[in-house]
This record gives sequence, structure tokens and C-alpha cells, in this order.
Amino acid sequence: MEGKEIVMYTASDLRKGLKVIIDREPYIVTAFEFSKPGKGQALYRTKLRNMITGLSIDRTYREGETFEPASLEERAMQFLYKEGGHYHFMDNENYEQIIISEESLGDAKNFLIENLNVKVLMFGDRAIGVELPNFVNLRVMKTDPWVRGDTSKADFKPATLETGYVLRVPPFIEEGELITIDTRTGEFSKRVKE
Amino acid sequence: MAKNWPLARRKKNLEERARLLRQIREFFVGNGYVEVETPHRIPAPAPESHIDAIPSGTWFLHTSPELCMKRMVAAGYEKIFQICRCWRDSERGSLHLPEFTLLEWYRAGGDYHSLMEECEGLIQSLARSIGLGQRIVFRGCEIDLSEPWERISVKEAFHDYTHISVVEALERNLFDEIMVQDIEPRLGLEKPTFLYDYPAPRGALARLKRQDQTVAERFELYAGGLELANGFSELVDGEEQRKRFQVENENRQSLGKRIYSMPDKFLSELDDMPPSAGIALGVDRLAMVFLNAEKIDEVVAFTPEEL
Repeated sequence: MEGKEIVMYTASDLRKGLKVIIDREPYIVTAFEFSKPGKGQALYRTKLRNMITGLSIDRTYREGETFEPASLEERAMQFLYKEGGHYHFMDNENYEQIIISEESLGDAKNFLIENLNVKVLMFGDRAIGVELPNFVNLRVMKTDPWVRGDTSKADFKPATLETGYVLRVPPFIEEGELITIDTRTGEFSKRVKE
Repeated sequence: MAKNWPLARRKKNLEERARLLRQIREFFVGNGYVEVETPHRIPAPAPESHIDAIPSGTWFLHTSPELCMKRMVAAGYEKIFQICRCWRDSERGSLHLPEFTLLEWYRAGGDYHSLMEECEGLIQSLARSIGLGQRIVFRGCEIDLSEPWERISVKEAFHDYTHISVVEALERNLFDEIMVQDIEPRLGLEKPTFLYDYPAPRGALARLKRQDQTVAERFELYAGGLELANGFSELVDGEEQRKRFQVENENRQSLGKRIYSMPDKFLSELDDMPPSAGIALGVDRLAMVFLNAEKIDEVVAFTPEEL
């Protein structure tokens, strides 16, 4: 360490999307559950994805445990297109093109539309994932029509987006509409006025 | 459609929750209980290793109404219940809110077995009165509410569901992890289940079992793997309680947590308390069970993140 002090995370900082180093490799928290058996100690159950290999592991951490943050270089890029399982991006500064595999993208692949500006995460000179804007707009390709005045039905219905991603939306959303998704939760946020 | 769609879509749940609260009150009043209110802001909570209070000025928001309600039982209030907000620091997850609602009740003359029977009666009557009948569906389980519910001791649960004994789990500091990963998910899947007789160190305010001093007369109630309530036969020995609180404070210190001052008034009055039993039941979680909700967020108007 060259005099640079690392501020460690503790277990209570754990949340979805946090990036940490485990055994010298970068991992991202993909699922997180706080649990506390009656009067017992707080436990943080996590699923972590190795950002290089794409493999997931389950780990349980206790109150007070610490982690080294994975500090990854971020490069501003634009998503160009998808070809098979490969996603092509272009560096906004030097126009260099790179490819990221579907496994490395994880859930982000659900929200990538052409020309979307993202931050590509670099571990050394390897592109290992992307960071999306918190909100993206995507078009609804398929959903059941809304029957006005029908109050017997559930408060949501499934909808398929242009990326193939399926989520729950309010009943009033129609096919062809543009909606905003919160990429952190993957949930419907609002309808976009066009 | 309202701008606050998540709130708008919870309307049905919140209406059901209100009905549930009315029915809870009706059940207790009908059974001779008096509804009481005790202060939410107190000088200090009971020292317990893993429960942290939120400071409010130089005092704290209570983590449960336990100390005040027990002082009332000690002063001659024999059957009391309370529905109140409680606060626990840093508890947030799909089953936890740092501010939540507890139903707590005490009964002089009772013990933990009589409390278990009262739980059966309460939840059956709630299910009936909101039109659910004897079977409820929660987390994909069809749970049969007809009594008697399942009862399994902590020792048996470790034997049935894990590869190590309770004693070994405690020694290796694995008790909580095994509870969460291997035991809790199996409890209350067909019928609600009482997990009872906790290791003595896990029942800081509970009476020890006369026939086996290594366990406390404490139980937890589970439905569909979700912990709903924690009850016990009360420890009514002030001197012994003080010692146990000191041990809890030592644990807190070794975990780097703040130490809570001794609740002296409570401790001096505890000897007046007749043999009693008391229980705290999470109202939000009970609403989750009746509404088949996946997350605690679905049964409250606002989560902290939405404020």
C-alpha cells in the first residue's frame, strides 16, 4: 500500500450493488437480506457475483465484519448493439470499441438499449461490467389490455419490455407506452409523457 | 392514478390492517384485558446483547414496552395489553423496519404454556373475524390453524434439522446462523409452530425451567418460516435480573456497543411481580401473514426510504 488509506466497509454498509474485494477479486452484491433471529445477532446474507468470472457465491456476514471496497476505474461509454451473447460498447473519448459478455453484465442486460450512456467498469484493462443510470426509459412491447372499471383484478400485471425483460406494472399501462424503470430495483417507476 | 403509486396500491392492505387492529383489541377486551399506554421515550432500554435503541435527547425511544408493562403487573394490573410503536436501531430488511408495531400482553398467574394456548386462540379468532377460516395461505404454504399447533423444543429442532447440537452451536458461535439458515425456514409450514425452551443465555428476562436449569421458559412463534412472536414465563427475581443485565452489558461492551444504565426502579419493583407470562407479537408481520405479503413494506403506509 503506497500510503493510501483504505476506508473499509462494515457489514451494515452491505446493500445490493456494493462492490467489494474478496480473495483479491472484485465481487458485486447481487442479493442481500438482513436477518435477525429473535433476540440474536444481526446477520447479513448475501449473494455475490465475481465480476471477472461471473460466478455467484453465497456468504453470510455478521455485525462488525469489514470489507475492502473494490475501487474500479470507470469509463464513460455508449452501448452500441448486441450480437449473440456479446454486448458492444464504444468509449466516448477515444471511440475505442469493447465487448462485454452477457454473464458479466448480470441484470444490467435487461436495461440496455442502443445509444444508452453507461459507465463501464475496468479491473486493470479488463471491462468487467457496467454501471447504469438509476433510471432508464424502455418501451412496453407486450402486456394485457386494461379493462376499465374492473376492480376485481390484482393491482399489477406483467409487461414485457423491448429488451425482453418482464416486470410488474400498474394495470393502466398499455402496449407501446414508454415507461421509466428504476435500474437499482428493476421495478416500474413511472409512465413517460411523450 | 395517484403520483404515489406504491402508496396507492397498498390501500387494500392498509384497510385490512386496520380491521386486524380492531379485532385484536376486541379479542383482548373480550377476554378481560385492559388496554394500557406506557411512554415511548424512556431513560434506557433493558440491556440486551443484540438490541440497540435509538437515542432521543439524553433518553431513548423504547425497543419494546416490556419494562413499564412489567412494573404495572408488579403493581397489581393483572391482565394488560398494549399496541404501540417501537424502535430498534439499524434493523432494516424485507422483514424488518427500524420503527414497527408491537402487540405486547401480560397475564399474572400464567406461564409460557398458557401463552402458547392464548396465541392459538388469538390468531384463530382473528382469522375467523376477517373471514379467512381455518386455513391461510402464506409464502406458498397452506397453513392449518386448527389446534393444537406444532411444538418443538430448540434441542429437538437442532437434532431434527442440523448436524450439530445446541451446545456445540453456542460454543462455536453458530447458533444464530443455524437458526436463520437451517431451522427457521422449516418452522410453521403446515401449522404454526412454537419453538420453545431456549438455552438459558438466550432468555435474559425469562424464568429458567425448574426441571432443567440450562434452558429458559421462552418460546417463539413461527408461521411459514416467519418469526411472529416471542414470549416467556417471566423472571420475577430482581437480584437475579440485575446479574443477567450485567452479563448482557458485558456482552455489549465486548461487541463495541454502548452500555445501558441499569433500570433500577424496574429492578426494585420486580420482586412484587407475581408469577406471570408476557409476550410481544409483531403486528406488521401478523399483517404480512394474513395478507400473504412478501415484504414488510407492503403492510405499512411509509417505509423510512419513502419519507
